[in-house]
Amino acid sequence: MGLPLNASREPALAIDGLWKSFGTLEVLRGIDLRVREHEVVCVIGASGSGKSTLLRCINLTEPIDEGRIVLGGEEITAPDVDVDRIRRGIGIVFQAYNLFPHMPVIDNITLAPRRVLRLRRAEAESQAVELLERFGLAEKRDAYPDSLSGGQQQRVAIVRALAMRPRLMLLDEVTSALDPELVAEVLNVIRELAAEGMTMVIATHEMAFARDIAHRVLFLDGGTILEEGPPAAIFSSPREPRTREFLQRIIDAGRL
Amino acid sequence: MTGTAPGNTGAVPPGLGQPTARRRPRRYSGRSLAIAAISTVVFFGTLGLIAVNSPGWEQVRRSFLDVDNFIESAPSIIGRFEVNVRLFLIAEVLILGLGLVLAVMRSLPGPALFPVRLLATMYVDLFRAVPGILIIFLMGLAIPGMRIPGVPNDPFFWGVVALTLIYSAYVSEVYRAGIESVHPSQAAAARSLGLSQIQALRHVVLPQAVRRVIPPLLNDFIGLQKDTVLISFIGVVEIFRQSQIRQSATFNFTPYLVTALVFLVVTIPLARFTDWLVGRQRNQGPGSQAGGGSRAARRGRVWGFR
Repeated sequence: MGLPLNASREPALAIDGLWKSFGTLEVLRGIDLRVREHEVVCVIGASGSGKSTLLRCINLTEPIDEGRIVLGGEEITAPDVDVDRIRRGIGIVFQAYNLFPHMPVIDNITLAPRRVLRLRRAEAESQAVELLERFGLAEKRDAYPDSLSGGQQQRVAIVRALAMRPRLMLLDEVTSALDPELVAEVLNVIRELAAEGMTMVIATHEMAFARDIAHRVLFLDGGTILEEGPPAAIFSSPREPRTREFLQRIIDAGRL
Repeated sequence: MTGTAPGNTGAVPPGLGQPTARRRPRRYSGRSLAIAAISTVVFFGTLGLIAVNSPGWEQVRRSFLDVDNFIESAPSIIGRFEVNVRLFLIAEVLILGLGLVLAVMRSLPGPALFPVRLLATMYVDLFRAVPGILIIFLMGLAIPGMRIPGVPNDPFFWGVVALTLIYSAYVSEVYRAGIESVHPSQAAAARSLGLSQIQALRHVVLPQAVRRVIPPLLNDFIGLQKDTVLISFIGVVEIFRQSQIRQSATFNFTPYLVTALVFLVVTIPLARFTDWLVGRQRNQGPGSQAGGGSRAARRGRVWGFR
């Protein structure tokens, strides 16, 4: 791409004019977004506003209709791009964890490094154990997913994504399926990632968390980014009436 | 079958005749046990009396229940069962492999692979539609009849081929049901980690699918066990042909009874084992249903599916 000098200024992720519809339903209607290296971006908005779809498009899980997505200088929405190679560099964590129930935690984590990155088992396992230790899951190494709590499962899912050493993490409402008392342990993991400088795009309903962790907050409404800015601005003095309305509903529900 | 009839016909208190009774801990009172015993004796006794008092009983007894003939025929007939067992074991391995290949072929996505799906679908349709005995005849008589150099004319060989073709069509459908029962989010999670379509299928979807379909697979193999006698029609001397030979030599049908008993002895344990497995999977509850649970997963490891 550009000159080496520009390379460091290049955004980690750039999205231009992204449109996506399912049948006649337009879910994303012209998204433009730049995410800098080490930046944490939180995407908020009502259910159905397009948060999940946006993340799935970035991960190439959903083919896009129009626009382009550039990751680290490479256009990943180009027609001849190797989808598997791109996905390797993007970690995504889902609301429902989606751990593999037929294998223990350690195999869940090492499967992709071994099969995709071709690491030897010993190497993949020592790397996995290191990650498990860091997130307080060391003793769960041989447990099967269904013997873990929701919070533990979600932390394992995050570790599983991290084991591929992604340069971008996408978190899709990762605490929405958890009992309230298990939310904190998962959020702490994400805080730690942010502190280490992981570039992240986080779709979330946890407004307090977003205010706390995000460098920038996007309010998604009707498939467009209606308002964006630093969390302090979005949460204390939103410009748009729709944003105020949304935040008011959240406050009424006791979530902020 | 008549095995459950006593419980249902007699005046049995609720619980004993119920289908769920088997899975509950047995806590039958002495009274209900007595009633069950009496009703069983009465039921089968009545059936027996009807048979023994029928006008043709003496004749039937002589041609089907000849004790001397039984003792004389048994060794040679049971000896021939080895052929059926060999056929079953070879065909079973081939069927498990070919059935899986067919199921995977039919599960491959994308427009480019349409011909692959079409081919597999046509195969399954063909071999499920045509009666098995016709396939066996065509394979066992027509192909060797062409006398193509290098093509074997051993009827046993063609029997294995025919049964493999027929049963792999059924077994592939069982596998496919298993593959489709694994939630798409599992494949999605694997793909999002960078695994290819094939790797996701191989490491994430298939291990869960296969574990879920073990009971129905065993069920198909009970059928295969019995259908091994069909290759007698293309000239293999196996257990059924041997009992036919004994029958024509002695003008007595007792040898068929020997054959029937051999199949009973072999098939019933497999049938009970299958039932037990199904009950066990069901008892693990919805959360861990077949492969979801750690117990199921550990079981899978014991069986070498990890």
